[in-house]
Amino acid sequence: MTTTRDARTSIGRDLALDLYQTMMTIRRFETIAGELFAAGRLPGFIHLSIGQEAVAAGVCAALEDTDYITTTHRGHGHCIAKGGRVTEMMGELYGREGGYALGRSGSMHIADNAVGILGANAIVGGGIPMAVGGALAAQLAGHRQVSVSFFGDGAVAEGVAHECLNLATLWKLPIVFVCEHNGYAEMTPVSTHLANPDVTQLAAAYGMNATAVDGNDVAAVLAVSREAVARARNGGGPSFVQARTDRWRGHFEGDPQRYRPREEVQAMTDRDPIAAWRSVLGAEHGVSDDELDSMDDRITAELTSAVEKAEAMPLSDPAGLTRFVYPEASR
Amino acid sequence: MTTMTLAKALNAGLRRAMEDDPKVLVMGEDVGKLGGVFRITDGLQKDFGEERVIDSPLAESGIVGTAVGLAMRGYRPVVEIQFDGFVYPAYDQIVSQVAKLHFRSGGKIPMPMVIRIPFGGGIGAVEHHSESPEAQFAHTPGLKVVACSNPVDGYWMIQQAVASDDPVVFLEPKRQYHADKAEVDEDAVPDPLHVSRVVRAGEHATLLAYGPTVKVCYAAATAAAEEGKELEVIDLRTLSPLDMAPVYDSVSRTGRAVVVHEAHVNLGLGAELAARVTERCFYSLQAPVLRVGGFDTPYPPARVEEEWLPDLDRVLDAVDRTLAY
Repeated sequence: MTTTRDARTSIGRDLALDLYQTMMTIRRFETIAGELFAAGRLPGFIHLSIGQEAVAAGVCAALEDTDYITTTHRGHGHCIAKGGRVTEMMGELYGREGGYALGRSGSMHIADNAVGILGANAIVGGGIPMAVGGALAAQLAGHRQVSVSFFGDGAVAEGVAHECLNLATLWKLPIVFVCEHNGYAEMTPVSTHLANPDVTQLAAAYGMNATAVDGNDVAAVLAVSREAVARARNGGGPSFVQARTDRWRGHFEGDPQRYRPREEVQAMTDRDPIAAWRSVLGAEHGVSDDELDSMDDRITAELTSAVEKAEAMPLSDPAGLTRFVYPEASR
Repeated sequence: MTTMTLAKALNAGLRRAMEDDPKVLVMGEDVGKLGGVFRITDGLQKDFGEERVIDSPLAESGIVGTAVGLAMRGYRPVVEIQFDGFVYPAYDQIVSQVAKLHFRSGGKIPMPMVIRIPFGGGIGAVEHHSESPEAQFAHTPGLKVVACSNPVDGYWMIQQAVASDDPVVFLEPKRQYHADKAEVDEDAVPDPLHVSRVVRAGEHATLLAYGPTVKVCYAAATAAAEEGKELEVIDLRTLSPLDMAPVYDSVSRTGRAVVVHEAHVNLGLGAELAARVTERCFYSLQAPVLRVGGFDTPYPPARVEEEWLPDLDRVLDAVDRTLAY
């Protein structure tokens, strides 16, 4: 397994800053979305990925624009890291016509084929077979694209996850399964929901390369992702990455989190992947706090602008709901 | 012109669809080397290769979900579900993903997929091998549902379903696969996919059927004619959307309608048909719309399935009841 020190040294300054920018964009997007939701300005449910940013940033930094991802109900971060546009995402959270899907998909189903986001999915495990299909499509077409499925440890208990691990190995598909292991299936801890909490052992049993990585260490995530993506791209078949990380927020915004002590969340913030990467940027790349602070400000300004634009978009029109039920009728 | 069984017609139709479009793929359990348990995909892997006719593990959810990903990337997957009851493991994928992706994406993601399901009973199989799950899919907006009843329709409807950008649940009456032969004109211009058709004209009552019960109703009409009762038989062919115009036209003339399907009567297609006919043909109706179908039990063991399935006698009994009003 690649060590963190080795991983860091393979990252140049520009990429190091890109990783920071991606993680901070996710953090701010999620924070703002949480505030908007608490203020009653967003309809529906939202599930935030604060604390898990290093997984999205590290994995997607190993991908090309033409590669695909599928993600989950907690998928804002993956979409941002894969190049999703924050204004259309925010419009979607707001349920506005200018959102990615005319305000229909909401937070949990954001998709953008143009940048390879095959879709987030509200069904736990729902995106995994789609990513397998994307990988099969790439293999059949002879393209060197790679498909990545992000899912949580909760999805590992779903039958379809195992069908997909089998299919991908059987057909030697160019896919990377990324288990964002935050220790919870919704509100249930892993001790209660998985017989074997080390998911790499389950994946390895199917015959694929399976690696555990500290999901709060963006350099380590990037390193194992690069290996897995290269294996997929070069015909070596699927890989499995278990990235242990922390979900700072509840399962959903508004979750009172009675199932865990406050100290648990406090301990998580001590492992903040962004704070850790800030230290690395300073110590190993000589990036000043001022430089990072001004990057933070630019990110905040971009997201504030996205919110303003989303609020200015027309509301999704109920009269339009009969459109797009059937593709043929929409030709 | 070629004389074909329904099984051969579906095979020939699939073959032609694969020739017409290299993006058409066939996937499913035993569809490749074996050619399918009912021989519907016989010879296709040999001619089109393992990359276009893919033998899958027994993993219905994974297969349909994989087909979703293929459809997103420009392929037109045709998934064979080996038996009707095996579709339930894939139900989540079909209802939660296949049906909803185009709507959910604001029209950006088409879902050109066909899910072929041999359905219905009458072959001495048991539950999970003899079921009629059509209402569960017809109830789901975003899915199209069709049922063929004869070789000519089988040949054309499968090609039309594959060519459609809509996801289509394609129901094949398995007991008809090898039952009857018909002349198929490969150069004909077929009716559109989503139209119903009068297959026998009559003036006294209308029988509404699809899939395996079309033959039952045709036989009932022939028997009734010997007693001077002329029954109109409509092969619905399309179950979602329903094509009601020929139904309204017929019932407006006959004043009486009997729906016949193998599926359980309770909340089956017959309930929807009865409701719509009542709403639109109220002043023409001489009798309530009657329903003949499977009983509200799980599908029975093989030994008693003939008692369970709607047959000539039960259809004629319903006809007598509607005429007696």
